[in-house]
Amino acid sequence: MSLSQDDVKRIARLARIEIDDAQAQATQTQLNTIFDLIAAMQAVDTSGIEPMAHAQEVSQRLREDRVTETDRHAAFQAIAPAVENGLYLVPRVIE
Amino acid sequence: MNPFDASVSALAAQLATKQVSSRELAQAYLDRIAALNPAINAFITVDPAKTLAEAAAADALIAARKNGPLTGVPIAHKDIFCTDGWLTTCGSKMLHNFVAPYDATVVARFKAAGMPSLGKTNMDEFAMGSSNETSHFGAVKNPWDTARVPGGSSGGAAACVAARMAPAATGTDTGGSIRQPAAFAGITGLKPTYGLVSRYGMIAFASSLDQAGPMAPSAEDCALLLNVMTGFDSKDSTSLERDKEDYARDLDQPLAGLRVGLPKEFFAEGLNSEVAAAVEAAVNELKELGATTVEISLANSKLAIPVYYVLAPAEASSNLSRFDGVRYGHRAPEYADLNDMYAKTRAQGFGAEVKRRILIGTYVLSHGYYDAYYLQAQKIRRLIAHDFAEAFKACDVILGPTAPGTAFKLGEKSDDPVEMYLNDLYTIPANLAGLPGMSLPCGFDSKGLPIGLQLVGDYFSEAKMLNVAHQYQRVTDWHARRPEGLQ
Repeated sequence: MSLSQDDVKRIARLARIEIDDAQAQATQTQLNTIFDLIAAMQAVDTSGIEPMAHAQEVSQRLREDRVTETDRHAAFQAIAPAVENGLYLVPRVIE
Repeated sequence: MNPFDASVSALAAQLATKQVSSRELAQAYLDRIAALNPAINAFITVDPAKTLAEAAAADALIAARKNGPLTGVPIAHKDIFCTDGWLTTCGSKMLHNFVAPYDATVVARFKAAGMPSLGKTNMDEFAMGSSNETSHFGAVKNPWDTARVPGGSSGGAAACVAARMAPAATGTDTGGSIRQPAAFAGITGLKPTYGLVSRYGMIAFASSLDQAGPMAPSAEDCALLLNVMTGFDSKDSTSLERDKEDYARDLDQPLAGLRVGLPKEFFAEGLNSEVAAAVEAAVNELKELGATTVEISLANSKLAIPVYYVLAPAEASSNLSRFDGVRYGHRAPEYADLNDMYAKTRAQGFGAEVKRRILIGTYVLSHGYYDAYYLQAQKIRRLIAHDFAEAFKACDVILGPTAPGTAFKLGEKSDDPVEMYLNDLYTIPANLAGLPGMSLPCGFDSKGLPIGLQLVGDYFSEAKMLNVAHQYQRVTDWHARRPEGLQ
């Protein structure tokens, strides 16, 4: 398997990372080397093996549906790039 | 006694008996940081006023006889832990201006124990790296040879302990990031069982693998620090509900009858001969102490790196999606629309290695490739865990080298990601299985660089591993040596 430059640009678009042609070319070479390394696992017969998502076999804990956190929006928004009236400001998305 | 030679427990004893105050101790370490950090770059942030205020609070606890076992002993925190009011960058431009509004549970526990923070230590960006060269704040230098790397990603933590700029430090280990830098810097570091230490407030890289642990000169120090770090935390959904343990309880147990498993795959081609010789000498020391050895096989461990470089980037691509320039951190100054703001912010904020891993993760999780990569990796992860389970039927602890070689030169591997990734081939299997592992010094190579010995234990066998390490450190002095010129 080998990634093309178009593949790299498509992945970068999905990942929301801007990439130019020169970066795509350099990245393509490195990613293909890494995927060559990863290819070693493709030949292993894993039929009948359960995937292991976590090291410990624990189930999701549940808690009572009630508010436990205090309102700290002022502290959290104090470190935001742009806020106004308690809202995070981003570029207009609806014309 | 020179405070920089004292163990964590010795410092605690001096504080409790008022031979030294926490303020005096903190000031001594701050002075040493000021003198040594320009050459080593182990710290990203130092804030003497905050440190001294915390030390004064510790002195008040001691005066009021409300002190715990480690009250007043200062500690450095890896910059991956959110620390209320301190810059918390995770080694990234993305968070170069992020002052955390809360404490990670690990930090809160050390604070509650009365341990002042000496500052935030340098690290590979978002903990991605094996050399500490990917930090936005520049590479950390190995105190044993400043032309070499300290290991990664907890390289700043390892270097600051090795240079005794702090008596102890916190680290995190996703694929070996406590153990490998501990080996390269000649200190002791422990990655606990997955879920034993809360991940709340620890900036996430690969959530099913990340684990925080202590880094210090000795196993005894690590045991005392682990006592503070562990415990159930309702804020972390993967935190394990277990009774608190005293990890120092078995330190003095004799090793007679201990079965040490030697995985043949860890002593195969690619292992540096000087590292192999030092590890074999350590095995002989343990035999002198009453241990027996048994050859074991971790047959699927050769697949650990391929599996890791599917799973860790997949989780990273998801975890790092939160860095979009909206709520905190860097935002690109110019952009056309919302998608352009995301793309430019992330292109500018992340370094090359982080972007590379996000792209790998995005690809392996994308439509049509999920089964071939992510699902296959999760299945092999189970095979790797199964190998360990079988091995622990024959032995009490697994022993091998921590890394295939000693600290390499800055820049030596930075152009070849695969070469860099191979550095973690002995440490990654324990992360995939969620098992505890530790590294301790076991010698020096002909260049005078420290060599690390790795122990891997069964789930929740931290006390046993610390016992083995402590007994070894009672009869050796590798862990007590310090870099020349930094005495």
